[in-house]
Amino acid sequence: MYKYDPIDQQIVNERVAQYRDQTRRYLAGELSDEEFRPLRLQNGLYIQRHAPMLRIAVPYGLISSKQLRKLGDIAQKYDRGYGHFSTRQNLQLNWPKLEDTPEILAELATVEMHAIQTSGNCIRNITTDQFAGIAPDEIIDPRAIAEIMRQWSTFHPEFALLPRKFKIAVSGTEKDRAIVQAHDIGLEFYKDAHGHMAIKVWVGGGLGRTPILGTVIREHLEWQHVLSYCEAVIRVYNIHGRRDNAYKARIKILVKALGIETFKQQVEEEWSHLKDGPLTITQNELDRVAKYFEPMPYKTLPAHNASFDAAVAANPAFAAWVKRCVQPHRVPGYRAVTLSLKPHGKAPGDITSEQMHVVADLADAYSFGELRSSHEQNLILADVELSDLFAVWEKARAAGLATPNIGLLTDIICCPGGDFCSLANAKSIPIAEAIQMQFDNLDYLHEIGDLELNISGCMNACGHHHVGHIGILGVDKDGSEWYQVTVGGKQGNDASIGTVIGPSFSAEEMPGVVQRLIEVYVRERHEEERFIDTVRRLGVAPFKAHVYAEKETAS
Amino acid sequence: MSQLIQLAADGTASIVADTWVRVIPPAAGEESVRKQAGKVVLFKLTGEQTFTAEQIANTQIPASGHILVPLAIWEARKAELQSRLDRGELGIVLATNETAEALQAAFADLNTLPLIAIFVERFADGRIFTLGNWLRTRFGYRNELRAIGDVLRDQLFFHKRAGFNSFLIRADRSAEDALASLNDFSQPYQGGVADVPVWRRIHRA
Repeated sequence: MYKYDPIDQQIVNERVAQYRDQTRRYLAGELSDEEFRPLRLQNGLYIQRHAPMLRIAVPYGLISSKQLRKLGDIAQKYDRGYGHFSTRQNLQLNWPKLEDTPEILAELATVEMHAIQTSGNCIRNITTDQFAGIAPDEIIDPRAIAEIMRQWSTFHPEFALLPRKFKIAVSGTEKDRAIVQAHDIGLEFYKDAHGHMAIKVWVGGGLGRTPILGTVIREHLEWQHVLSYCEAVIRVYNIHGRRDNAYKARIKILVKALGIETFKQQVEEEWSHLKDGPLTITQNELDRVAKYFEPMPYKTLPAHNASFDAAVAANPAFAAWVKRCVQPHRVPGYRAVTLSLKPHGKAPGDITSEQMHVVADLADAYSFGELRSSHEQNLILADVELSDLFAVWEKARAAGLATPNIGLLTDIICCPGGDFCSLANAKSIPIAEAIQMQFDNLDYLHEIGDLELNISGCMNACGHHHVGHIGILGVDKDGSEWYQVTVGGKQGNDASIGTVIGPSFSAEEMPGVVQRLIEVYVRERHEEERFIDTVRRLGVAPFKAHVYAEKETAS
Repeated sequence: MSQLIQLAADGTASIVADTWVRVIPPAAGEESVRKQAGKVVLFKLTGEQTFTAEQIANTQIPASGHILVPLAIWEARKAELQSRLDRGELGIVLATNETAEALQAAFADLNTLPLIAIFVERFADGRIFTLGNWLRTRFGYRNELRAIGDVLRDQLFFHKRAGFNSFLIRADRSAEDALASLNDFSQPYQGGVADVPVWRRIHRA
């Protein structure tokens, strides 16, 4: 992974010093709440329901074992011994003290980490596919470009106080796993007809209060221009984006208001002044950064391993785990392993300090000391030899990290919700837990197959409920918590926004509602058909009918 | 004590006396606080009118000395102000909802202005950075570019890199303390108005 040089280290150290002084001034009453707010937010610090929440950056989801151990130690020392992986691939601490945050940042800086721009109205952590660099369907490894973009966006002098937050995702695979269409800017890398690396640029996507999928603003952008083009887009947004109403301030609203053609025209006009200027990325710089992302020192291994095959044949529990938690790898004899942070009955994405240490040890022993976090809120060991999978499984299982549910109904994407987040209208974790307990039968879960269930505690949609096959949104009705259900959302190349099926439900009703949606699917599905495809074939009507018919009978 | 920080050509910063008088139109009747979506809204939208005709007509302009006038007043009362410009006594204040193009259109040569100031109503209005950048790069403005209004030390580093070379720190804060913030970071990653991205600036192994 990327390794800091003296310049990177100096920037992070200077940030710690700057923030330490800002916190001092705030605590001394020299900065008002309003003045301190954007400053702390750009250091990842929220003031939350119970305590501050600190969001630590995991750039494009890559983290070393050393860094993860440090996070475990920080969670132990300054928090309650656990952290929460977010849908932006970052790690959140829920209980730090504001006074401690400068010290936490100083400790993070010792392992090349920080909390820069994990929040606030600026360019946020750039995200990508957790299988970048190893995915068999990869066309271009996007990590070097993601790192170049991380550097470009860090303390960008022009984009520190945008109308609203700004999220960028990069994807380098045939099958999009970075949800490029749900981002302010989505960059889809591909090889053009001449075999050159090129980018399809999406703009104006986003979930939240007004969910909109992005529009292609440019089919073909040469990679050298990615920074200048993004700069042009964000400049137009900085000047023309609405600032009078926070709910209408995202770039998607501007793109819709102007229409993509007019917006594109403005961007192209702006870009004409920037194109081929100093922002043009040089081959040298790409090569320099790409060196850090060169393939790992893989052994030459056969594609099959007899002991692994035998273990799968002999042990159904191991076989179930392999089926769900082990993903293909471009190098023969290797696999990627997803460690499930979704054990049934626990908050999705949470991980204890002890578990962080276990995972770091696993990475050191079996995966070149490196890990990835996914936007689905799991951790990945990207480079495990086939012959090691059984040992990894046993150790992960002992630590509660081997629930064989990746991609299944209980691999729920879930925001922290009303238990932690002061924005939330409703709780989300207890809903996730109740659904996980309702579907605790693993055979039944496997029988249901691929299904994405996403839960958000409010319309800010941190849990990406709009793009879940089943989406659950917490809403506030007269001071009590209710849940609105959407069906038919999807991430990926053929992304879609789910359809609301009708009036909302109480928390207690939710496991039953999901159960009834599944019943319709099991009844109506064709052989091998996934839930989402059944929904797309039939529409939401039969699902709606069954869910509400049961409700009427019951009441 | 003056609140004005100025950067010399060699980049050194000092606190200097402010010799410019800002011409401020009288407050408009009812528009000062607008409400939208239940929140008090303080940002004007780009392209929105900055002052009413009545405000412009009622604005008192000092008879002598260096004056900093809003663009709208220059446009409406040009005849009266032309001689001041000719004597190098007139600078323009641009609001963040006004455009660099409008400023450019109002002057045959922007460099006849000894001073352009950009006024931020609230420090969280990042349009000032893009406006500064445009004036320096696109429109070739070379004279003093000043950040005024809700200007706090925590934004100075960004102001500087977006082309500003003077900063009028908010009256209730110490300009002396603010000096340090101009150098919060020693080696930024990306280019600014006066520098290029790090990979073009220095060799990184």
